[in-house]
Amino acid sequence: MKLAEIAGILEAKIVCGEQFANDEIRYGFSSDLMSDVLTLDAENMLLITGLSNVQAVRTAEMSDIKYIAFVRNKKASDEILELAIENGMVILESPFSLFKASGLLYHAGLKPIY
Amino acid sequence: MRLSFKIEGGDFTQAGQASSEVKKVLKQLGIDAKTIKNIVIALYEAEVNIVAHAYRGTIDVEIDDKKITIRLTDEGPGIPDIEMAMKEGFSTASKKVREMGFGAGMGLPNIKKNTDLMDIKSTVGVGTELIMVNYF
Repeated sequence: MKLAEIAGILEAKIVCGEQFANDEIRYGFSSDLMSDVLTLDAENMLLITGLSNVQAVRTAEMSDIKYIAFVRNKKASDEILELAIENGMVILESPFSLFKASGLLYHAGLKPIY
Repeated sequence: MRLSFKIEGGDFTQAGQASSEVKKVLKQLGIDAKTIKNIVIALYEAEVNIVAHAYRGTIDVEIDDKKITIRLTDEGPGIPDIEMAMKEGFSTASKKVREMGFGAGMGLPNIKKNTDLMDIKSTVGVGTELIMVNYF
């Protein structure tokens, strides 16, 4: 699924990495627990989370996760954006809950990790 | 090649900077992506552990043509029961640590999973030493 399509489904704003709008994303994983994210072995994955702090971006950096969607109307701080840009990441901001965002994307064909 | 970093306990704004630096160096050295991911995930877990549990710590990294050896030492409360701490789901993390998205009791088991060798020694009331080795 294209990133632009995901942004549309989530009614999300691409706040960083708009140049990657045509990237194809295969998997999604929803969690506010970075400890769980660090155990994943997946590529080409969107992390959907309500944890909008620097550690979410650091966790994505270490896990080679390029795409993050912040849900529940959480906003990316300047510090988050700076780190995301430095690492060539994409940040989306969606007004939907984690449950709704995950459900819509699953229904639209984004694959689960397990 | 040797690298060294100082880590302050409780300072979550800085957590991950050392791991990020090591990742950049490994990329420059042309190490394969999967090996880099294993190394930096283990290192990041260990770095977060120092920030979450210790007062301060040091990370010493040594890279040669065959392997990376990372030694993390901290001054802190120590781990009373390492066997228990190695079990998935066991955690003594504070509420603050959990709010940062950690403290699920996955750190040490995940370090073991992502390293070729792992050795941990701890003295209660003094601190902890963790040595991790990954071969290229």
